[in-house]
Amino acid sequence: MIIRIATEGQYRIGGKTLSKVGDIDDRLLAAMHSEDKAEFSKLLGSLIDVVRKEGQPIPIDEIVESDLVLPPPDTSLEEARRLLTATRAATRL
Amino acid sequence: MGLISRMSTVIKAKVSNLLDRAEDPRETMDYAYQKQLERLQDVKRGIVEVVASRRRLELQAATLQANASKLDGQARQALASGREDLARLALQRKEAALAQVQGLDGQIADLEQQQEKLTALEERLSAKVEAFRTRKEMIKAQYSAAEAQVKIGESLTGLSEEMADVGLAVDRAREKTESLQARAGAIDELVAAGTLEETTGGQDMLEQQLSRITAGQNVERELEEMKRQLGLPKAAAPKQLKEG
Repeated sequence: MIIRIATEGQYRIGGKTLSKVGDIDDRLLAAMHSEDKAEFSKLLGSLIDVVRKEGQPIPIDEIVESDLVLPPPDTSLEEARRLLTATRAATRL
Repeated sequence: MGLISRMSTVIKAKVSNLLDRAEDPRETMDYAYQKQLERLQDVKRGIVEVVASRRRLELQAATLQANASKLDGQARQALASGREDLARLALQRKEAALAQVQGLDGQIADLEQQQEKLTALEERLSAKVEAFRTRKEMIKAQYSAAEAQVKIGESLTGLSEEMADVGLAVDRAREKTESLQARAGAIDELVAAGTLEETTGGQDMLEQQLSRITAGQNVERELEEMKRQLGLPKAAAPKQLKEG
């Protein structure tokens, strides 16, 4: 599984990491729904940490498509919401 | 997946825009390569902008720091001549200047981070572009259009994704730099006007008084000097200014 941290780079991750990612992702979405900015930033930080620590960086000269893309590490709750709005627009097309 | 899968959809939607151009995949490869080179130029321009903004903020911080020292001197001067009210005003302005410096220091550190990020990005992108160029030339030389389509598919998608991501990184760095530049512009005006309304908030009355008093003080000193030269008796301590 190849996962990209947007604006940063790509990593190859295993199933164990992926389930951690999925778990944090669920809580991230919950934090967004409950407007908890601090919790959102904290969760995003730990999500990215997991990928950085457990993932294997894709060599710089390897060109490969990602299966998943994480938002940029400094994404705020407001930005994430804007992205989701953009997503809804994109999927409607 | 909740947020992440949706985020992925956003990036991939952008990526497919590039791929839609594919008629002859070999042309698409050349097109993608050109686009990548343009992106690389974008990144380089971004680095130049960030460096320029950082220098500007550093200059402002130095100016404000110098102002703070000057105000400190003025406060001492005021206190020595028995004008505690003046000294207080000067120290208030000094604190305001120092608070600005602290704010600027944070922004300078922020820009340094942006610069590092963009530099790493440039390196990453250069390597990808070079890898793609090699692959592209190899495929163009060895395969027909139909075969090339298959061979290049993965790396073209990967490259397009890379391009979308680099574009995102550059946009973010640029947004950050622009907002800091706007702030720097505002501070420039304040530095030039010798006021710090932004942090002292609505205290321009005090500032006016301070400048009047400082000017007044110079007048007093000159007066005293003149009196001394003329052998006249010293004046009584000047009156305290009324509050506010």
